[in-house]
Amino acid sequence: MAKAKPAEEYEDIPGTFVFNAERSRQGYGINMFCMSLMKEENRKAFKANEAEYLKKYPLTAEQTGAILKRDYNRMLELGGNIYFTAKLGATDGHSFRHLAAVMTGSTQDDYAAMMLKGGRSVEGNRSKSGKYDKPAKKAAAGGAKKAKSKSSKKRK
Amino acid sequence: MAKIIAGLASSHVPAIGAAIDNKQTEEPYWKRVFSGFEKTKQWMAETKPDVVIAIYNDHASAFSVELIPTFALGTATEFPPADEGWGPRPVPVVKGHPELASHIATSAILDGFDLTIVNKMEVDHGLTVPLNLAFGSPKQWPCPVIPVAVNVVQYPPPTGKRCFDLGRAIRKAVASYPDDLRVVVFGTGGMSHQISGPRAGLINEKFDKAFLDGLTKDPKKLAAMPHLEYMREAGAEGIELVMWHVMRGALDDKVKEVYRFYTVPASNTAVGHIILENAGKAAKPAVRKKVGGRKAAASKPGKKPARKAA
Repeated sequence: MAKAKPAEEYEDIPGTFVFNAERSRQGYGINMFCMSLMKEENRKAFKANEAEYLKKYPLTAEQTGAILKRDYNRMLELGGNIYFTAKLGATDGHSFRHLAAVMTGSTQDDYAAMMLKGGRSVEGNRSKSGKYDKPAKKAAAGGAKKAKSKSSKKRK
Repeated sequence: MAKIIAGLASSHVPAIGAAIDNKQTEEPYWKRVFSGFEKTKQWMAETKPDVVIAIYNDHASAFSVELIPTFALGTATEFPPADEGWGPRPVPVVKGHPELASHIATSAILDGFDLTIVNKMEVDHGLTVPLNLAFGSPKQWPCPVIPVAVNVVQYPPPTGKRCFDLGRAIRKAVASYPDDLRVVVFGTGGMSHQISGPRAGLINEKFDKAFLDGLTKDPKKLAAMPHLEYMREAGAEGIELVMWHVMRGALDDKVKEVYRFYTVPASNTAVGHIILENAGKAAKPAVRKKVGGRKAAASKPGKKPARKAA
């Protein structure tokens, strides 16, 4: 049995499921199902009988449920990737922006208004732990160094 | 001999492609975005590259989770537009440059870059949207395009440094190609964006603008930025910005910033764009005529703006 790995630092980013190798393996069925929706005949077959169509893919009951319910965040959590799940959205006639609004729990209008106002601010959205409540660096060209020293200090 | 004369970077938001395909470019929302590329089209028309090398990422179109190449170089004679779920975009088939592409593959691999070589590939909005932004919507793309697809879908993508060094390897390869070709390299993707999960819609204008500054002035330092910082500061998918380093690595250390444009939003993301020319003699024929001035959101870069008369 593999030993538990320490948590990746990116797991501290709020509202984010980083699509790493582990999720890729876990979500293989979700993503390959979504991939099949690139063909018109498959889109038709899926729409005709969703549950039946999904049986062709290696999906857990949970994954199947998330797809049928169009629970996009849950799909990501279970190994789906947005570039793949967007194909399911497209099959339903939805844009990326529509899906984004759904995933943030906003109405379409509220989400569109937020974007027009400059988007979701990064302030307060950098980390769950609050470790990065200030910008990690002065400028992108600036210091990765600074960020490191700051975080290691707080890590005590 | 072939030479790289300039680089261009731009976001490749799919909704920009949809706006073009659905003829919405004159609507105020989209006009704000497209007006920022008027000067780009003019610059392109005057620069007339013989070949474009386009660094982009595939969005689960040519590559699924069955096969995930980190760097894939297209050596085919043509690359048809992919069906991304709505049917293929109504854009011209992208014609490749198999001879130069194969030459780059050989040179780069012997230089230590173990590229994946792709002889059959469909290309998605990641490649075709920047072509529209640079060339408009012609019946045929005006020059051959060599696609270089970078994995930014499954973590981890290649490091910024590795991307920069690939640019260096491409530059070396192009310089050893016998035909007199003038090549422009495109870096695409980004800027700030998160399109997945509850944090979707994240925009960090400060980060983006600093990135544009660093790209021109201190690209090696910029390329050293760790992945975590892109994801935290510019959104989970903001990590696409690593592809801009390939373009930058293909240019000289010192470049002239001829143009930049930045606006928020296009759909879920910030749109950033920059044109950099190699300084010195290598760049001489880059712009044959003076590029006309324009105001609006398009800002002239810092000091000594780049206006070249020759």
